Amino acid sequence: MTTTTLNHDEAHHHDMPTGWRRWLFSTNHKDIGTLYLLFALTMLFLGGASAMLIRLELFQPGIQLLDPDLYNNLVTNHALIMIFGAVMPAAAGLANWMIPMMIGAPDMALPRMNNLSFWILPAAATMLILSFVVPFFPGGGTQINTGWTLYPPLSVQVGMSMDFLIFAIHLLGISSVLASINIIVTLLNMRAPGMTLMTMPMFCWTWLVTAFLLILVVPVLAGGVTMLLFDRHFGTSFFDAAGGGDPVLFQHLFWFFGHPEVYILLLPSIGVLSHVIPAFSRKPLFGYKSMVGAMLTVATIGMVVWAHHQYTIGMSLGAVTYFMIGTILISIPVGLMIFNFIATMWRGAMTFETPMLFAVAIVLMFTFGGLSGVMLAVVPADMQYHDSMFVVAHFHYVLMPGAVFGLFAGVFYWLPKWTGHMYDETLGKIFFWTNVIGFNITFFPQHFLGLAGMPRRIVDYNMMFTEFNVISSIGAIIFGLSHLLLLYIVIKTIRGGKKAESRAWEGAKGLEWELDSPPAFHTWTVAPQIK
Amino acid sequence: MSATQQLINNQSYKLKTASLTGIVVAGMLYADKCRAEYGINFPPPAADVAQEIYNIHMLTMQITTVLLLIVFGFVFYSLYYHRKSRGFQADQNFHNSWFGNWSWVVVPVMVLGVDLTIAGKADAVLKKVWDVPKEENILDVKVTGHQWWWEFDYLDHDIKVESRYVPEKESGDLYLREVDNRLVLPTGQKIRFLHTSADVLHAFWVPELAVKKDAIPGYVTETWAELNREGVFRGQCAELCGTWHSRMPIVVESVSPQQFAAWVDDQKAIKVAAAAEASADKTWSMDELMAKGKTLYDTKCAACHQVNGVGLPPAFPALKGSPMATGSIEDHLEIVIKGKEGTAMQPWGSLNDLEIAAIVTYERNAWDNNTGDVVQPSDVKQAR
Repeated sequence: MTTTTLNHDEAHHHDMPTGWRRWLFSTNHKDIGTLYLLFALTMLFLGGASAMLIRLELFQPGIQLLDPDLYNNLVTNHALIMIFGAVMPAAAGLANWMIPMMIGAPDMALPRMNNLSFWILPAAATMLILSFVVPFFPGGGTQINTGWTLYPPLSVQVGMSMDFLIFAIHLLGISSVLASINIIVTLLNMRAPGMTLMTMPMFCWTWLVTAFLLILVVPVLAGGVTMLLFDRHFGTSFFDAAGGGDPVLFQHLFWFFGHPEVYILLLPSIGVLSHVIPAFSRKPLFGYKSMVGAMLTVATIGMVVWAHHQYTIGMSLGAVTYFMIGTILISIPVGLMIFNFIATMWRGAMTFETPMLFAVAIVLMFTFGGLSGVMLAVVPADMQYHDSMFVVAHFHYVLMPGAVFGLFAGVFYWLPKWTGHMYDETLGKIFFWTNVIGFNITFFPQHFLGLAGMPRRIVDYNMMFTEFNVISSIGAIIFGLSHLLLLYIVIKTIRGGKKAESRAWEGAKGLEWELDSPPAFHTWTVAPQIK
Repeated sequence: MSATQQLINNQSYKLKTASLTGIVVAGMLYADKCRAEYGINFPPPAADVAQEIYNIHMLTMQITTVLLLIVFGFVFYSLYYHRKSRGFQADQNFHNSWFGNWSWVVVPVMVLGVDLTIAGKADAVLKKVWDVPKEENILDVKVTGHQWWWEFDYLDHDIKVESRYVPEKESGDLYLREVDNRLVLPTGQKIRFLHTSADVLHAFWVPELAVKKDAIPGYVTETWAELNREGVFRGQCAELCGTWHSRMPIVVESVSPQQFAAWVDDQKAIKVAAAAEASADKTWSMDELMAKGKTLYDTKCAACHQVNGVGLPPAFPALKGSPMATGSIEDHLEIVIKGKEGTAMQPWGSLNDLEIAAIVTYERNAWDNNTGDVVQPSDVKQAR
């Protein structure tokens, strides 16, 4: 292949560093993509371990393992680690690996900034872990018992670990914004000649929208937590009614970030699906243009419906009506996306390798989570659902399939490309089934707990809630342990396995499949011509 | 309501629930058996508006269930028939058909139809929930959330009820769902709840009333209800409020208007007696104050500082052997009366002089603190 010879020549001009220098000083999109993915995998296990402890505590009524503040600290950390540590970096890892290969670019547009945006993450993670560890030392203050929403005045009561957390959030935010700028610049400037915005791969589109969302909302969160820091230490009263402030202001700032964040987590996975489903249905993506339109609509409406997380704060009738209708309307573009996926499968010639299994699970389970979201959007009914276990069940049904399963699908789909080896399909399928069944056993019963009256974020509960909590915890153990299999499969594939062809999947389309598996260190040094 | 009527209502509720389970969890659970013990849906509403909320919940759940079945139907049909292993050839022009070109209009219009149906139904109920009736004789109850108990002020009757969770030893099966003093409310009268908080955010939630509202320090939010049957309804705090968020149950006791009037008279009599005792110009002995102090301390202070006075550092400091409880009496009185800003220590100034005197005396002499100090109500009066 021409690219191979080209890269062979290139190798003489480029000094490829080895050892730790290769990673610490890396400006190569593939290496940085790998770093992102490994970081995300580590965080997945940290966040998962905290979830396991939460479920073990809730296995039986009474307080067995964790004192209440430690429990709520784990609840806080589980959310922050999973969102900022696992899902967002994993999506950024996929973007780093795939975007240049998909658009025929030699690398990201800003390679040194790429290095910076990754290497901020370990520092941020250290701060985040310190916020958890500090209270265990004498004089370390109290634990962060606020949940990831960090609502004041409770977050003002917390000791110094809250300050560590605030700075961790600042760092995570800087990292995401830098990565987003890089992705936008790359996508707008570095597409191969002949590739227009409306013909670029869908994964690129989803990341373009995600990156704009991140740049719009992350600074608002940074502003919110900075105001919190000032309230805590410098005598301001942004969130204190006694000084003319309002605790609810923080909630508005937080959810102005927090709701678009849901789409930030979701969209990259939608992008992965837009490649996986056509590949294994052996048929082009149904409705490319309507997909782009739906995504832009979701992003736009998603920016202006944040207060549906706060229906109970006592807004005016006009305000809640607006937020209710806006939220319900999101079902239109999201419904269109799901429809397009089903129409892509329809009259295709499907096979069910692991990525496709995850894709089908996403279509079914994300629809389920989306529909319970419509229920939650209805304000009068939300007077019952709000802050109950029903909400916990709902957002896990949206985020696990919508975000995490999409990332799993992407990893299995592109792993042969990255490593040059096919993963073990049998193990992949075992992982899929234990993961999906474990997930449903964990979260389905929580709907009933919420409807029956169990609030979320409680360490101890009345025995009337025992049965479903027991089922949920057993499911969580299956679900949690299944990820060890994922780790094993990934390591096994990196170390060896059946040689992957350039086009690892029969139906796979796109520039990335024109390259060798694994691709050379530098690819597309001469841009391909798109007809 | 007569017993038979109640029975009939109960029956129809059971029927509804059973049919719901049939749809939603068909094949996943032994529907009826489970429901009886565990509860898988909202408890039967105890107010007309709550019933309407229940109905809109059931309506949206049914609509979404139907949509879910449609989606699942198409997907499973496709998964079965459009497989390579069955020799199905992919239809490469499906997206260029009439359907492929116009589905982006057809699908959103269909979804919009469903959305408007739901939103239209919800809007009517929403107005009823949100508009608090403006009536002269509405019963005003101010609900104040504290870390970690509820205070109910009956503004029309000048009565205050402090409501705390009951430890497992005494509450048994109702642990975390039982309180020492219930929120007693009459049936057949509109009640306005005014929610606020003394410290952090809390949320008042009783499922039978379908009332949930955040308690926000410095602000007042309002909700309303009109109870249509007698009974005991249990709920919990629904907004994370710190360490003992799980220990803030709410128990509403719904009684007839006559019983409510009698209860109000009782409460007033108790209040008058307590005030008389506190203002009596009497010098209290150490033993009297210690006995009173222990009862008060165990209900009001022990949640944080613990019954044995060792606290839960670093959030809740120990009192046993602490400089605060063994040092200057003035400082000790000040922190009890005014609280400490930025911490969970709240001001207790609303207690009467005798109560504060008893608590402070108890804290200075219990658990080997043995300072020998006896604080009199008159000392408290001076310190205020």
